[in-house]
Amino acid sequence: MIWWIIKRDLLLAMRRRSDVLTTLFFFVIVVSLFPLGVGPEASILRIMASGVVWVAALLASMLSLGRMFSSDYADGTLEQMLLSPVSLSALVMGKAISHWLVTGVPLVLMAPVLGIQYDLPVEALIVLTLSLLLGTPVLSLIGAIGAALTLGLRGGGVLVSILVLPLYIPVLIFGTGAVEASTAGMGFGAHFSILGAFLLVSIVFSPWATAASLRISMG
Amino acid sequence: MTINWFKYASPASFYFLAGRMIPYFSIAAIIFLIVGLYIAFFSAPTDFQQGEAYRIIFIHVPAAWMSMFLYVVMAFWAGIGLAFNTRLSSMVASAIAPTGAMFTFLALWTGAWWGKPMWGTWWVWDARLTSELILFFLYIGFMSLQAAIDDPRRADKAGAIIALVGVVNIPIIYFSVQWWNTLHQGASVSLIQSPKMATAMLSGMLIMALAVWMYSIVMILIRARLIILERERHTAWVSELKEGVLE
Repeated sequence: MIWWIIKRDLLLAMRRRSDVLTTLFFFVIVVSLFPLGVGPEASILRIMASGVVWVAALLASMLSLGRMFSSDYADGTLEQMLLSPVSLSALVMGKAISHWLVTGVPLVLMAPVLGIQYDLPVEALIVLTLSLLLGTPVLSLIGAIGAALTLGLRGGGVLVSILVLPLYIPVLIFGTGAVEASTAGMGFGAHFSILGAFLLVSIVFSPWATAASLRISMG
Repeated sequence: MTINWFKYASPASFYFLAGRMIPYFSIAAIIFLIVGLYIAFFSAPTDFQQGEAYRIIFIHVPAAWMSMFLYVVMAFWAGIGLAFNTRLSSMVASAIAPTGAMFTFLALWTGAWWGKPMWGTWWVWDARLTSELILFFLYIGFMSLQAAIDDPRRADKAGAIIALVGVVNIPIIYFSVQWWNTLHQGASVSLIQSPKMATAMLSGMLIMALAVWMYSIVMILIRARLIILERERHTAWVSELKEGVLE
């Protein structure tokens, strides 16, 4: 069931490739703006790199949340999904995974290139990419709750940012913390363990909360 | 004798119960406020490290306590409303949110006023300050989500979910912020200023905490009454109330 949803959503995303690319380019542009604003001093950029890349990833992931349910809601597919006998949580899980595959994975793949722009050493680049790999699925899972709650509301896009961004903060802290620990020569294993813990907790709770939110939003 | 505990779960009977309770809690709030302020300004000794500026503690600490406590209470009632489908619980949860947000803001504001003379800066990215700021964002999120939904029952339930997700997240946010801070720099700022607090200071603070607690109850009851009237405006008892039949 999860597999079926993922396949379907990926197929839909491939038919509308520009949506995927828009999110990716948003990420690239936001990250590129900071050196223009702050100045091209390499020592400053190296300090900022992890924070800037992570914040841009947060924003990019959040901006694409609207697409997770809205098109299915608009054409009535979501209603049929709610009526179907299969578990809604499993369905939501599939949706979150496909959201991650469509928006999270491109960000993870692009991050090392952007890190080079910020003059990050190789080890920090690897840690940054791995931290995003662990952290972006959490963003998709938490974001699914916000997307489900704001479904079909006026100004849902801005509202979802107010709801979701405060909840993203722990992921941001430990994602950037891992990179800083590695550049400081300390171990970053603890940060990765905590990011992994976030991932596990959100895998357990988020589909359940999202399914409840969808039922509320669909009335 | 059996007591019907669920009698006041009905918005109509709660409306009158709240109306009878408001005067008592108002009087309690005023008395505690007068006593607390008297201790704060006249009875409590001047701190030998911080001078007179420490006296902002008497509003800052109670406000910070209330801001956290009210969030938990709000999430509790929102959760009850979601689980048992009791309308009144959700109404009370919506009534709590603005007071909670107000105290969060007050704690941040008075904290800035305290920080300027003590630490020489309005704001530091200290663990407590940051988590209080995030708490403020969570209140704002709850209120704006409820405001964006026209159907009150859907607003109640959606607000309940975001409040409960927030409660799960508060310990995570709190500890993440604390660890993040200690990774960067040592604890140069501690909120525990003196190892032992003078009895007058402590009692003043506790009485002020009771005062803000009573104030919160009064405000929440008043707001809950208004929400009840607004939601129940089509019912018979509200129109009777309007015509002056009910007292």
